[in-house]
Amino acid sequence: MTRHGEQAPDAAPPLVRPYVITKGRGLPDDQQLSLVTLVTAAAGDQQRPSRRLSPEEQGLLELCAAGYLTVAEIAGHTRLPLGVVRILLSGLTEGGFLLVRPPVERASLVDTRILEEVLHGLEAKFG
Amino acid sequence: MDLRPSLDERAYVRDGANQTAVKILVVGHFAVGKTTFIGSISEITPLSTEETMTRAGEAVDDLKGVRSKTTTTVAMDFGRLTLSDRVVLYLFGTPGQLRFVQMWEDMARGALGALVLVDPDRLADSFAVIDLIEQYGLDYAIAVNRFDGTPVYQEAALREALDLLDDTPVVTCDARDEKSSAEALIRLVRHLLDRVH
Repeated sequence: MTRHGEQAPDAAPPLVRPYVITKGRGLPDDQQLSLVTLVTAAAGDQQRPSRRLSPEEQGLLELCAAGYLTVAEIAGHTRLPLGVVRILLSGLTEGGFLLVRPPVERASLVDTRILEEVLHGLEAKFG
Repeated sequence: MDLRPSLDERAYVRDGANQTAVKILVVGHFAVGKTTFIGSISEITPLSTEETMTRAGEAVDDLKGVRSKTTTTVAMDFGRLTLSDRVVLYLFGTPGQLRFVQMWEDMARGALGALVLVDPDRLADSFAVIDLIEQYGLDYAIAVNRFDGTPVYQEAALREALDLLDDTPVVTCDARDEKSSAEALIRLVRHLLDRVH
């Protein structure tokens, strides 16, 4: 049985402290970039190249260019700490480089519909 | 860090523009089988991400706040299940330690519910995690992870030990088995639906 998540990550240690990558910016509103917020690159004509992107920002943008990923998946694939990913994505979103689709708000009516979809989906897939 | 991971198209959320992403937590004490459970059912190789325990900006701005610069990190595992062209389900494996409260807030916010994996030989190890789940107001089901040779447990005794509500489902599963894991999830989701109706 593997349980790699509970052991020290095997990735190389980071070369710089996180706030260097984020240029000292703090965490954005947690609601906007939750773990399961879907993110993709904006179409080229929607991007406003108002500034030069850092290598990290450029890397994330390229990663997001081929489709939708959640914030958690972007952190997982890049092995960047979640907090750092959130800050970088937030900056890219403000710059018009990314589109984000926040998850639906929790409300009982919405939950019922979504729970039914989840149930039917699981039953169809595994039933 | 790997800023240019090479991903094939299956790594991306299918039809992401129309998908609603939802999450269910898979919680339990150390080594109870959370990662195994997620791995058995996820359509992607489970990913792991670190949550830093400090807020980067605060640590920089507060020159006096040396004590606030705790560098604790914790890894969480997660997997994905595309259930239809409208709903994609994420399963987040969460360690049960109280000291990861910030991460818990992140994970619990907006979660549909939680599946609590327990080892019947180590029931007391599950108390803290059940406390946390209840504290965050999440509905849950108990899944007893049966390894080979695990002794048969008495459901009534388990319910009493864990102080469960009468309607809290208790299921047995083999976290290594896709179908068995799926059945546990289905029981949880049925329970969540009962709770909102």
